[in-house]
Amino acid sequence: MQTPPVQTSMQGTFLKSAGWFLLVLLLLAGAVVAADAAFAVHMLIVAGAAAIMLVVTLRRSDQAPAYADPAEYDDEVIRWGVIATVFWGIVGLLVGVVIASQLAWPLLNLNSEFTTFGRLRPLHTSAVIFAFGGNALIATSFYVVQRTCRARLAFPTLARFVFWGYQLFIVLAATGYVMGVTAAREYAEPEWYVDIWLTIVWVSYLAVYVATIMRRSEPHIYVANWFYLSFIITVAMLHLVNNLSMPVSLVGSKSYSAFAGVQDALVQWWYGHNAVGFFLTAGFLGMMYYFVPKQAERPVYSYRLSILHFWSLIFLYIWAGPHHLHYTALPDWAQTLGMVFSIMLWMPSWGGMINGLMTLNGAWDKIRTDPIIRMMVMALAFYGMSTFEGPMMSIKSVNSLSHYTNWTIGHVHSGALGWNGLITFSALYFMTPRLWNRTRLYSLRLVNWHFWLATLGIVLYTASMWVAGITQGLMWREYGKDGYLVYAFVEVVTAMHPYYIMRVSGGLLYLSGALVMGWNIRMTIAGKLRTEAPMSSPVYDPARDRPLSPVLAA
Amino acid sequence: MTSIYNRHKVIERNVTLLAVLSFVVVAIGGIVEIAPLFWIDSTVVKVEGVRPHTPLELVGRNIYIREGCYNCHSQMIRPFRDETERYGHYSLAAESMYDHPFQWGSQRTGPDLARVGGRYSDDWHVQHMTNPRAVVPESIMPPYAFLADRDVQTDAIGKHLTALRRVGVPYSDADISKASADLALQGDADADSADFLARYPKAQVRDFDGDPKRLTELDAVIAYLQSIGTAVDFNAAAAKEQPR
Repeated sequence: MQTPPVQTSMQGTFLKSAGWFLLVLLLLAGAVVAADAAFAVHMLIVAGAAAIMLVVTLRRSDQAPAYADPAEYDDEVIRWGVIATVFWGIVGLLVGVVIASQLAWPLLNLNSEFTTFGRLRPLHTSAVIFAFGGNALIATSFYVVQRTCRARLAFPTLARFVFWGYQLFIVLAATGYVMGVTAAREYAEPEWYVDIWLTIVWVSYLAVYVATIMRRSEPHIYVANWFYLSFIITVAMLHLVNNLSMPVSLVGSKSYSAFAGVQDALVQWWYGHNAVGFFLTAGFLGMMYYFVPKQAERPVYSYRLSILHFWSLIFLYIWAGPHHLHYTALPDWAQTLGMVFSIMLWMPSWGGMINGLMTLNGAWDKIRTDPIIRMMVMALAFYGMSTFEGPMMSIKSVNSLSHYTNWTIGHVHSGALGWNGLITFSALYFMTPRLWNRTRLYSLRLVNWHFWLATLGIVLYTASMWVAGITQGLMWREYGKDGYLVYAFVEVVTAMHPYYIMRVSGGLLYLSGALVMGWNIRMTIAGKLRTEAPMSSPVYDPARDRPLSPVLAA
Repeated sequence: MTSIYNRHKVIERNVTLLAVLSFVVVAIGGIVEIAPLFWIDSTVVKVEGVRPHTPLELVGRNIYIREGCYNCHSQMIRPFRDETERYGHYSLAAESMYDHPFQWGSQRTGPDLARVGGRYSDDWHVQHMTNPRAVVPESIMPPYAFLADRDVQTDAIGKHLTALRRVGVPYSDADISKASADLALQGDADADSADFLARYPKAQVRDFDGDPKRLTELDAVIAYLQSIGTAVDFNAAAAKEQPR
């Protein structure tokens, strides 16, 4: 590549920095005229981001952007993604432990408006789903698409914009929640201007992803990419429709949803359920379809099953939303449709689980010797369990008991901690040594520790929430012989106390596992190798592999 | 079957086809389930008494949203014996027809609030918001004492009503032009409220937070809570003895 003449590069730098400078001024003006304090804070945050870009532009004025050796994959943005995933994962889990503790000990709301459960709960859900999960999806999809297409990322600058733009989205969403800026739609709480920003980032993500596939050297598009692609497209559709709203002022944070009541409820849960279906399932299945075969060194079990379960999964998932609204004022026909499709969804979900687990055919011994494989198998097992539990809970009569209770919380955490968490951790363990050119991870034994801490944590969490949820549901509907309700509401709250404490302990175990992972990845990046006994089974000793006494044998 | 799988190779080799087909497949479910809700009339059966929120109730509702109350409280009573006995008549679709966004919720860490209006006194709410454990010792609700210290801003409320009218809430021109005055008026027991009550039937006009000198966020939240679920007169529809 020829270096451009100095003068044009100078001019380019000047124009770019002038643009960033004007943007900073514009955003500062936005902060001054803002209709509310939260909007002003957000304008200042974005102005800060633009100022950083200004400095970066000026500092890099004398160099052309260095996007790695063309003979290698463009992995810089993926390395950032790995670090961001670990960081946001720990933040999200920590906030989870905090809000779980608040339910056990309400004093921990700390008597401040910024630290109440109501404001921190969206922070927890968004941090784990969108910050941890989203960064994991962006990083792994960029990793997988390059390797399965045998091509470098298209539009390298845009790919970097996707990463940093997404981090800015996370910061705006998170600071907004703490300040009380929320659209009050579960898992879609960010307000209108943050939604617009995410739309820009997401369309760029789609562009980078599709263009990379178009540059592929392989004739076929690998199955992992089908899942990633449908995840990106569907999330765009869901995000756009669910967040349609009318801002009160163009320089204020508040907006009103375009829909009301029944229609709003179904639009929201059509979104909400498919945030699970596409963000947390289709995207993560893409992850599974690459990393499980790679780590097991076996081909995917069945190509036909992957076709069948891909199309049926994405078709059926979209219909399942109304099961969040059983017995509400939503028309009965919609509830029934939602239930029927949710039950059908069991099959394609298990198709994915079977395809993942059976990939280990002929390599099952690795569960014993390879803690990363063990983590993947446990992830698939939890995926199978929660995708059985989900259809069961969507049956109206079961839902009449489970809805509004902690059973739902237990269910989502068996999916989120078990499936999403463990499959992400194993993908991080797979990628880290390869991305930083290390011979292996710092320590496989620490992976083993992580596995057991996480598994025990999930078991404590889900078991306590199942018991809590069913107790809650049964106590609410308990009638005495006199024909009156037996329990006042607050007695049910009191009955939850021990389970809330058990949940905190489960969360702490899971969080400590993530901290162990953080340390392990940090040391791997630093290039350290822990000297430790290998994880594998007994060493072969030929001297002992013979009859005890040749004399007796004779 | 083999031929179908063979034909799938066409899709696998063409990213445009794969993307378009995926989009078509994921679009169907939403269209079939959601679109009819906008044109089937029986989805929301009109019920007498349901009206848009008054400005003060709306401010209260926005605080309810801001504080994330929906994370622990539902506003949707299901048609079961235990729920209707515990909370009141099951919720009707029309009761949330002016709620942008809906606040049906998904969790009952705390009780359902769909019919909390009129259930407790204003005094009880003041105590409960300031320190929930002062009135319910076992409660795990966070305290919201800061609401009593904050004045409600009355000047911007007209813009809020305008935004809501743009998404379909039938606020009249008078409602919008008088929004700021209405907001101040509802928290003042001595105000002349005839015109206000003609436009917002059954609205409750009084000082809610025990501090008549100021219109605070606590006034707004309590005004909202006291209004939830009170619009429809269910007694009128209840079974009655036949006149002889």
